[in-house]
Amino acid sequence: MREIAVYIHIPFCSSKCYYCDFVSFPRLDKRIDEYVECLIMEMELYKDMLKECTVETVFIGGGTPSYIDESHIMRILEYLYQNYKSDGIKEITIEVNPETVEYKKVKAYKDTGINRISIGLQSTNDNLLAQIGRRHTFDDFLKSYEIIEKAGFNNISVDLMFGLPNQNIDDCVNSLDSVIDLNVKHISYYSLIIEENTLMNRWYKEGKMKLPDEDVEREMYHVGVELLKSKGYRHYEISNFAVQGYECRHNLYYWKIKPYIGFGISSHSNIGNKRFWNYSSYSSYINALKNGNIPMEGEEYIDKDMQMAEFMIMGLRLVDGVNRNEFKKRFNVDVDEIFGKALNRHFKNGLITEKNGNIMFTERGLDLSNIVYVDLLPD
Amino acid sequence: MQKVKQKNIRNFSIIAHIDHGKSTLADRLIEKTGLLTSREMHEQVLDSMELERERGITIKLKSIRLSYRGEDGEDYVLNLIDTPGHVDFNYEVSRSLAACEGALLVVDATQGVEAQTLANVYLALEQNLEILPVINKIDLPSARPDEVKKEIEDIIGIDAQDAPLISAKEGINIESVFKEIIDKIPSPEGDSNLPLKALIFDSYYDSYKGVVSYIRVFEGTIKPGMRIRMMSTNKCFEVTEVGVNTYSQIPVDKLEAGEVGYVVAGIKNVKDARVGDTITDHDNPTESPLPGYKKVVPMVYCGIYPAEGEDFNSVRDALEKLQVNDASLVFEPETSAALGFGFRCGFLGLLHMEIVQERLEREFDLNIVTTAPSVIYKIKKKSGEELDIQNPTNMPDLSEIESMKEPIVSASIMTPTEYVGPIMELCQNRRGTYINMEYLEETRVMLHYDLPLNEVIYDFFDALKSRTRGFASFDYELKGYKESDLVKLDILINGELVDALSIIVHRSKAYERGRKIAEKLKEEIPRHQFAIPIQAAIGSKIIARETIKALRKDVLAKCYGGDVTRKKKLLEKQKEGKKRMRQIGTVDVPQEAFLSVLKYDE
Repeated sequence: MREIAVYIHIPFCSSKCYYCDFVSFPRLDKRIDEYVECLIMEMELYKDMLKECTVETVFIGGGTPSYIDESHIMRILEYLYQNYKSDGIKEITIEVNPETVEYKKVKAYKDTGINRISIGLQSTNDNLLAQIGRRHTFDDFLKSYEIIEKAGFNNISVDLMFGLPNQNIDDCVNSLDSVIDLNVKHISYYSLIIEENTLMNRWYKEGKMKLPDEDVEREMYHVGVELLKSKGYRHYEISNFAVQGYECRHNLYYWKIKPYIGFGISSHSNIGNKRFWNYSSYSSYINALKNGNIPMEGEEYIDKDMQMAEFMIMGLRLVDGVNRNEFKKRFNVDVDEIFGKALNRHFKNGLITEKNGNIMFTERGLDLSNIVYVDLLPD
Repeated sequence: MQKVKQKNIRNFSIIAHIDHGKSTLADRLIEKTGLLTSREMHEQVLDSMELERERGITIKLKSIRLSYRGEDGEDYVLNLIDTPGHVDFNYEVSRSLAACEGALLVVDATQGVEAQTLANVYLALEQNLEILPVINKIDLPSARPDEVKKEIEDIIGIDAQDAPLISAKEGINIESVFKEIIDKIPSPEGDSNLPLKALIFDSYYDSYKGVVSYIRVFEGTIKPGMRIRMMSTNKCFEVTEVGVNTYSQIPVDKLEAGEVGYVVAGIKNVKDARVGDTITDHDNPTESPLPGYKKVVPMVYCGIYPAEGEDFNSVRDALEKLQVNDASLVFEPETSAALGFGFRCGFLGLLHMEIVQERLEREFDLNIVTTAPSVIYKIKKKSGEELDIQNPTNMPDLSEIESMKEPIVSASIMTPTEYVGPIMELCQNRRGTYINMEYLEETRVMLHYDLPLNEVIYDFFDALKSRTRGFASFDYELKGYKESDLVKLDILINGELVDALSIIVHRSKAYERGRKIAEKLKEEIPRHQFAIPIQAAIGSKIIARETIKALRKDVLAKCYGGDVTRKKKLLEKQKEGKKRMRQIGTVDVPQEAFLSVLKYDE
């Protein structure tokens, strides 16, 4: 019996944050019914193909999934429960933004089986929030957090960002302190990446926006990591920290390259040796499903060389790194036979280390991970 | 092909500054003689190479034969011989002028006479050509034909009162140009019954015919079946075809004294049909060759290397192919510790160098790295040995050197008076020696300087252009060698000497150049996981230093959901970029860094 992770994309939100490059349509309320209809059609199309798989985790991401009416979320999950093997689901996460949280809504989530909530806070500094296009304040967050706890959620994750324009190290420390004080079980502490096709990219290119310099940005990271560790959080992935036992199970499917299926516009799937992805154009996605077709935009066959490289690249994101035995078991070959030369080089220059048969990044390696990744890719 | 009497032949060139309308006038003449309809004419027929058209200049010269019925009812043959417009090709210009009896001097009615025009006018005067001024672009509102006429008279000293006022672009007054050509340019002389004496003024390689040479017959007759001899090399060939250039090449029975045409003789390489050489009859040779033949020698050298991932052999094949058509291009294999196997190439000048580089990249689709251009230095060692050095790597240790000489050019810069200050400053900066300044008219002067050639090849044109907003024009010729205090400037990246970046400079400029190059390299080389010192050194003495700070961050922090493909694409792009770099020790150096030594950015 194979296990699978399910991702569900909700491409709606109240407004686009300035750094966001995920597929999301602000205020496109009149299309929500149609979209959910199509999403269910898509789940229907895959139903038989995946009938042997048991769903282990579900992640409802966006956009802002909490922007749409909870009845839609309930309907999607009900469909999943009835048509997929979902008796043993361990984790169902939904992403929410503070300004969309209300008791009735989160209570409904809880009642439908959602057991983990990920809140996008990003910063506790209201000025910074406004500058990156967030529509909530820190106070809004505190209120929403209280509601979520009241609705019975214990497994809550909070997203914070560093490296924001005009942010300083104190801002980062203050944000982390405030969140830690709430006894949050899981914290994602992300570096801002300027993506193409975002407003921020344009401002940055036009010189209208200044980012903290590289050294400051790294200090923000390292100070954050130390602070979180000192408060008992386990640094288990480059950007993720959790109280023991509260690591995100769903994301581990990505990092370990285990099977996952993505439903919804622009979502990605990884099954067997195939990686495939859905249309990111709204009309293409809808039209495909209305005609009874799988809305697949592209696929990629991953050969063994690439599978091994991906396994290393994704696995090294985990602070525990890649286990030698696990690699051997999966690919039937010694990790050194394939990557010995590259690993050795970076072992020597201090980017890689090894502990108890686990190959992992050093602290410096985490900062310079691309240098190692590039050498792991097949030629 | 209709034969005409020798007295009805006119052989002429057009002399003009870039942009003054030479090619447009040529087009108009061709069109008016009915050789082509304007629709047939790919704009500017004579400039057929893509690169030439793009740069608006003519690189290889060609000729075209036009038939024209004069006002007197007689049929005339007008041979228009095109010339390259750039100083690098001075010798080739002089040879094509030698094939003519006259030249049209095209002057832009809004711009007046320019330095480059003058250089070619003097070449034409040396050949005793009849020079006919033509004032072009009179349709422009800013045209000042009377002043320009006066300028021509003042500066060149030829009568310009009858100069036709035309607009080649608009086709205005083209007829009067024909009239001038027929009335004023002398017909050729020479006896067709004497032994053959023909001048090669251009040769190119054709993959079907072999080498095709453009010739002007001065004495005798050339026809298929004849055994001919190249007088500079004494090599013999059998003529398989002679003909004339109209729209296409048209074979004829023979070419006689006074005529211009082409000859094909089973020649495999343009080196055997050099420009300026005299062709004679092997069995009945003429006594002496035509004067003026020179074997052209390169003035500027640089290294050309295959870029990372490019094949050495494909670069060699391409250079060989170019050389078949370009007798002035020389190259030989060399090895650089930094760049691997490559070639040392010699060129007539900077433009020639650029053209070759561009053709390698464009026509042969090659990825190449070029090193800083160099000139030939003459070194006298204490041992008494004398060396010619054009590759800085071969420069002996300073302690072994008795004396060094560098090539000096005499430069003429024509400029509106307002830019005299900045130009003098520039020339001073470039170690120039002021010779004199002539007033051409109230608002324009000609400055004469002696300049070291190694300063001229180093971004001088661009510096001049930017200081004079493009108004100054520049021309130079080699004057000789002069003793000079020169040093080899080395660049060390992370402690390793990079031979491809070494240059020879005057001691007084070494600090400045060293600092500039180090700064440039700092910009070009990406940050690594360790700090990288960049040093400029003379011998063991470090004269400038920059440090590339260690890279602190190179991550994809964001988890793009399950989009592993995207993450991988970003990494693959990074890997590609890395592959294109050169490894110097443990440092990855982008190809562009090697060009950074070429730019001055004053």
